[in-house]
Amino acid sequence: MNKLKSQALIGDIFIIVTSAIAVVFLFKTLWSNVPASQLLIRQADQIIGTYDLEQTRELHIHGPLGESHISIEQGKVRFKQSPCNHQYCVHQGWLNRVGQVAICLPNQISLQLIGEKKPYDSLNY
Amino acid sequence: MTRSTISINPTKTDHHVAKLTALAIALHVLEAVFPSPLPGVKPGVANIITLFVLIRYGFGTAAWVSLLRVFASSLLLGNFLSPTFVLSLSGALLSLATLWLAQYLPKRYFSVITLSVLAAFAHTLGQLCIVRIWLIPHAGVSYLIPIFALAALIFGLINGIICARLLSK
Repeated sequence: MNKLKSQALIGDIFIIVTSAIAVVFLFKTLWSNVPASQLLIRQADQIIGTYDLEQTRELHIHGPLGESHISIEQGKVRFKQSPCNHQYCVHQGWLNRVGQVAICLPNQISLQLIGEKKPYDSLNY
Repeated sequence: MTRSTISINPTKTDHHVAKLTALAIALHVLEAVFPSPLPGVKPGVANIITLFVLIRYGFGTAAWVSLLRVFASSLLLGNFLSPTFVLSLSGALLSLATLWLAQYLPKRYFSVITLSVLAAFAHTLGQLCIVRIWLIPHAGVSYLIPIFALAALIFGLINGIICARLLSK
């Protein structure tokens, strides 16, 4: 242990502590377990609307490729059908936590789950 | 017609590069045999060699050893130009870029442990970019970032300590 201490310099300790804090921060921000209450849908650069998640509803959103079917089911949401090639958005499955996102790039539609208050992804003054 | 002979006169540096690269390749291939709990989470012991070379012989030699290792190992493992190779290469390139910058940190305060941790993070970052852009192009990848970052910190630290030990001998 003494030998280890003599090898690690003050800068090393600084780097290690900083990275450890960064890792903890990553866990906290990316692994939020707060259930979402609202859904924000965007098509290209427009916000299509905000929807309550506590309902059962089918939405049909138009994109450049055609119509994407989005289904909301009591607290969760998913892309049910999409006219895109790869179907990544559909395969992502149900989303139910704050901060989760599903994007269909080809059809330019994104679903973003938000809570009562939207968690900040950046702060501006 | 005269017979033409090509003679290559390897310099002393060439010999060093070859020997150390061989060692790095051996470590890389050995590591590839062990199963990993999550694809992409690997100790990266071959990077100990890269760091060792960086300190002993300078950045140029380290870059040679690192890149030769990536190419040669992929040929040995049979994944040349496959996604695994591209991940390996992107990680190596970004971590080399980081090392190139980090080598100018004052030696009084920053030892090889810092270099190792920074290189490990850069390696992971390079791979995650490729994964996000090419292999799994949706935001779900972000859930794996904390795990990869934690692995980078732990393995970067361990590799750095091992390298510091090797250098002090």
